[in-house]
Amino acid sequence: MSRTAADTRVLVEKSLRRRYRAERRFRIYGIVSVFVGVAFVLFLFSTIVGQGITAFRQAHITLDVHYDAAALGLDDSSDPALLATANYPAVVRNALRDIFPEAEGRVASRALGALVSVSASHELQRRLEADPSLLGSRERLRFLASADVDQLLKGGIDRTLPEQARPLSDQQIAWVDALTARGQLGLAFNKGFLSQGDSREPEQAGVLGALKGSLYTLVITLLLSFPMGVAAAIYLEEFAPRNRWTDLVEVNINNLAAVPSIVFGLLGLALFLNVFGMPRSAPLVGGLVLSLLTLPTIIIASRAAIKAVPPSIREAALGMGASRLQMVSDHVLPLAMPGVLTGTIIGMARALGETAPLLMIGMVAFIVDPPRGFTDPATVLPVQIYLWADSPERAFVERTSAAIMVLLAFLIVMNAAAVVLRSRFERRW
Amino acid sequence: MSFSASLLLLLALIALGYWVGRSRSLQLVGGAGGIRRLHSLPSYYGILAALWCGLPALLVLALWAGFQDSFISRLVAAGAPAEVLAAGPAHVGLFMNDVRNLLAGSIASESASEAVRAAAGHYIQLRGIARMALTGLLVVIVIVGLAFARARIAPDYRARNAVESVLEKLLLACSTLAVFVTVGIFLSVIYESVLFFRQVPVHEFLFGTTWSPQTAMRADQVGSSGSFGAVPLFVGTAMISGIAMLIAVPVGLLSAIYLAEYATRRFRSWAKPLLEVLAGIPTVVYGFFAALTIGPALRGIGESVGLDVASESALAAGLVMGIMIIPFVSSLADDMITAVPQSLRDGAYALGATRSETIKQVVLRAALPGIVGGVLLAVSRAVGETMIVVMAAGLAANLTANPFEAVTTVTVQIVTLLTGDQEFDSPKTLAAFALGLVLFILTLGLNFLALHIVRKYREQYE
Amino acid sequence: MSAAIDSQSSASPATPAASLPVAEGIKTTGRVTVDNPIICARGVNVYYDDKHALRDVSIDIGRNEVLAMIGPSGCGKSTFLRTINRMNDTIPGARVTGQMVMEGQNIYDRRQDVVQLRARVGMVFQKPNPFPKTIYENVAYGPRIHGLAANRAELDEIVHTSLRRAGLWEEVKERLAQPGTGLSGGQQQRLCIARAIAVDPEVILMDEPCSALDPIATARIEDLIDELRESYAIVIVTHSMQQAARVSQRTAYFHLGDLIEVGETDRIFTNPRHKLTEDYITGRFG
Ligand SMILES: Nc1ncnc2c1ncn2[C@@H]1O[C@H](COP(=O)(O)OP(=O)(O)OP(=O)(O)O)[C@@H](O)[C@H]1O
Ligand SMILES: [Mg+2]
Repeated sequence: MSRTAADTRVLVEKSLRRRYRAERRFRIYGIVSVFVGVAFVLFLFSTIVGQGITAFRQAHITLDVHYDAAALGLDDSSDPALLATANYPAVVRNALRDIFPEAEGRVASRALGALVSVSASHELQRRLEADPSLLGSRERLRFLASADVDQLLKGGIDRTLPEQARPLSDQQIAWVDALTARGQLGLAFNKGFLSQGDSREPEQAGVLGALKGSLYTLVITLLLSFPMGVAAAIYLEEFAPRNRWTDLVEVNINNLAAVPSIVFGLLGLALFLNVFGMPRSAPLVGGLVLSLLTLPTIIIASRAAIKAVPPSIREAALGMGASRLQMVSDHVLPLAMPGVLTGTIIGMARALGETAPLLMIGMVAFIVDPPRGFTDPATVLPVQIYLWADSPERAFVERTSAAIMVLLAFLIVMNAAAVVLRSRFERRW
Repeated sequence: MSFSASLLLLLALIALGYWVGRSRSLQLVGGAGGIRRLHSLPSYYGILAALWCGLPALLVLALWAGFQDSFISRLVAAGAPAEVLAAGPAHVGLFMNDVRNLLAGSIASESASEAVRAAAGHYIQLRGIARMALTGLLVVIVIVGLAFARARIAPDYRARNAVESVLEKLLLACSTLAVFVTVGIFLSVIYESVLFFRQVPVHEFLFGTTWSPQTAMRADQVGSSGSFGAVPLFVGTAMISGIAMLIAVPVGLLSAIYLAEYATRRFRSWAKPLLEVLAGIPTVVYGFFAALTIGPALRGIGESVGLDVASESALAAGLVMGIMIIPFVSSLADDMITAVPQSLRDGAYALGATRSETIKQVVLRAALPGIVGGVLLAVSRAVGETMIVVMAAGLAANLTANPFEAVTTVTVQIVTLLTGDQEFDSPKTLAAFALGLVLFILTLGLNFLALHIVRKYREQYE
Repeated sequence: MSAAIDSQSSASPATPAASLPVAEGIKTTGRVTVDNPIICARGVNVYYDDKHALRDVSIDIGRNEVLAMIGPSGCGKSTFLRTINRMNDTIPGARVTGQMVMEGQNIYDRRQDVVQLRARVGMVFQKPNPFPKTIYENVAYGPRIHGLAANRAELDEIVHTSLRRAGLWEEVKERLAQPGTGLSGGQQQRLCIARAIAVDPEVILMDEPCSALDPIATARIEDLIDELRESYAIVIVTHSMQQAARVSQRTAYFHLGDLIEVGETDRIFTNPRHKLTEDYITGRFG
């Protein structure tokens, strides 16, 4: 040994600077990584909210309409067939022309009419059908403005662009400004977004249909996957003998939890639609597919919760002469319930956000009417987002982001419920 | 009587069964005072009777519900007009579609042809008969079950044991469902895939380099056109997953290490849940974000440095997918790192190693198998991810190694082939199942391997 | 789940009151039989997988007596106790051979319903394990599942008597609706005893019931055991020889899976006949 302890100390001290630099670098990598993730979350949320928040307000135009028999081409308001074919757009146009008499001629008149959503005509028709005596009278009504006007007010259309490059002409913009100045045009709460189904016209499109579809689908999912998942977990934890078959089941469940969701969609298409002939686009089939998808999640969570119940409780129950099933239903399951429910909520949240398998079973159709049952054609919220994201209109970007906000709100509520449940009922033995 | 009405009737009958069983048992021992002379509580006799009449009836109802429509349809189809029958099965299918649409009210009765209307009438008639038969059958089953129960019930009959053995079998059945799902998936994709491979040879599918299913328009071209070469899809999938892993593995691993070994409790308590939020965001949201924000942004950046980036590029999809997988990698890595016993760390610290040296040379090395398992699981996630790529990666089957170009993936093609109008048995639809088979086998293999590695790792430190 | 069943046993039409004959060549010192047994164990062997935990044990359990089981740790006392109400059924890999005859019926017979057996043979565990339910529900649970009460009033009555006999009534009568887990350790153990006697069993098994309790709580339980002897046969496992001497009438000494010696408690402690018993009692090991 030629090196003394003092030499060693000198060597170590020399290397220390380098080693501490490496230490600092490593730490910084770590911090940066964490911040990449966190920053992305914040970026994503702020982008979505920034884009979507405006969809909760919508441009409305207030007009004095005259149910003019001549303009409507309608002499007899008691005949429903005539009512259905009357010329309502003319009434809307006339109401606008009363304000802007200079808009002469077909072209100008049509440009003026384009400021108001086509839903205005439907609204007039509905009112007249409900009360035929309105014919000939006047009233002040508030209509949806067209999507382009809406976007103009929200700044989604650049006024400085050359006229051909934007959807609204100079003249139309002048009208919009004039209406705004008169107080007849402005943004107001967008009730329709939450109370209407899908539509090709952005200003009329709402998420109610998708929300109902999601609800029906999740009801089926819950009804199937919860009891079956809990039953499977009970069997595997409390009854199953340790043998190859149980091992196989166990490996299978874990594997199934990691199979891509789209594959479940293929199963749904081949089995439920083609073999059993179930209806396409139905929440029933969607729920079936999603329940198979959430089953592993629920089983795994329930098993963990059941396993956490101390064995002394089981011994006490068995020692009292309870059968195994009584032991489970009277003691183990109630104690495991918070954990089971937490797992179920998380599984349901995952099912709520699932898109791909539902595309396979045709829940991707354009459907205007909200579903009224489990076999009505329907779509779900994430698929609605997918459909809107595909639409070229600028106004749909806003709707898509708003739909995402609705979806995320539901997910946040569900996850918060899971967290509360977990912390409220967490037991320490 | 509709199925929901049948179900309600059946539930009512089952409740009746419960009541009969229960009151019979009490009657045998002379009322509530005699419960001690019963082997089991009266409610068990009730449940047993309910099971005896309910289970077979439910089974019949389920089978009936599953097969009634296809059975009746076949009968009606057999009675279709001769010229329809002669024109081949495809026409019979169209004819039956018209019938179904008419029944569902989605086409007006006036617009349907005479034959379709007649068939629809036939259908309704058959359905009425079937429903009546079902109701009758259910009632008979329940009555037989009740009679059986009444005869069997005796004070020393072990009702509880009988009920429990039935319930245990139900539990067992539920637990094996997962296996059947796997088998079901496998069989359904295999079946369609075999049909596909009859038209397109396996080697052409696996090794062909041109993917253009849409061009097979002419009948003589179907299957022989060579347009089902899936290599571009495999390459696209691999490229996007690769980009995703390049993001997710380092970022996920380093943040797991930082949070587990360096961060203060306070920092950890809010950073960790925030990272986990990434895992809870639906993939369709990521897809929207990739297509509308990241894609154009990358294109802009590319333009400013003179690169030609497609607005639907592999890079945009891979990047966002990588972000999505970060929490997945980090939470698995966290588990693995915390599983490493403290004694190993202490050994390194006692030698005077710095923290990062301990982590890099001891902790990570010990946790390596577990982390590899976690990364494999993440790869399987990336390969099977659908919505991000559908929305942000594009449809063009380019065989390219350039991440700035649009590529397509296996999952994108499954979605494109199966959404929209599709006729069954065309190679287009069948190809989707062949792709699904590849995807299923690949991810199942990856999961199996990964879970095996992770389990071995866990056992090592238990 | 895998308790083996001895087939020949159930055929033996022994009259309930008489003891069964004991096999020749039994190694146990002292008299294992009593005049009026409620349970007769004959040639009982217990295996945990391949481990032979209990070898050829034969002993009677008499009515209205307290039988104490002593012996060094791991000798098989708990194992034997758990064979008496077939709690070993719950341990995977546990097998039992031999006969355990309760009033003429082998409890390991295929036809024996374990649930009924456990209603007749109650058990109190080493660590108090009340259900995480109310005190009332803890006591009422057994009567409920066995259908012992025809109505609420009867159930109330059972709960009341059981708690009174367990000496707990005065302490808990105001808080029957509160969780049983909120009681002190000694109270919890008495609650478990109340819970066991609520189903009116014939035998009560106690596995070191006082090991988690302080001396005062222990004294109360010992008094209670003495009172309960009036109505039940009690088998108690204990590590305290003083306790065995105080509460029991007969004592059995186990050693490494063998039943070494059985006899009147007084005699065992004053005049042990087997060398191992003597060593244990005089504190030479264990
Ligand atoms: N579940 C089991 N699996 C395997 N072996 C067991 C099991 N329970 C007990 N044993 C073994 O059987 C033997 C007897 O155990 P038992 O619990 O009956 O001892 P004991 O006399 O009650 O001891 P103590 O006084 O410590 O409670 C011991 O060697 C023990 O290791
Ligand atoms: Mg013991």
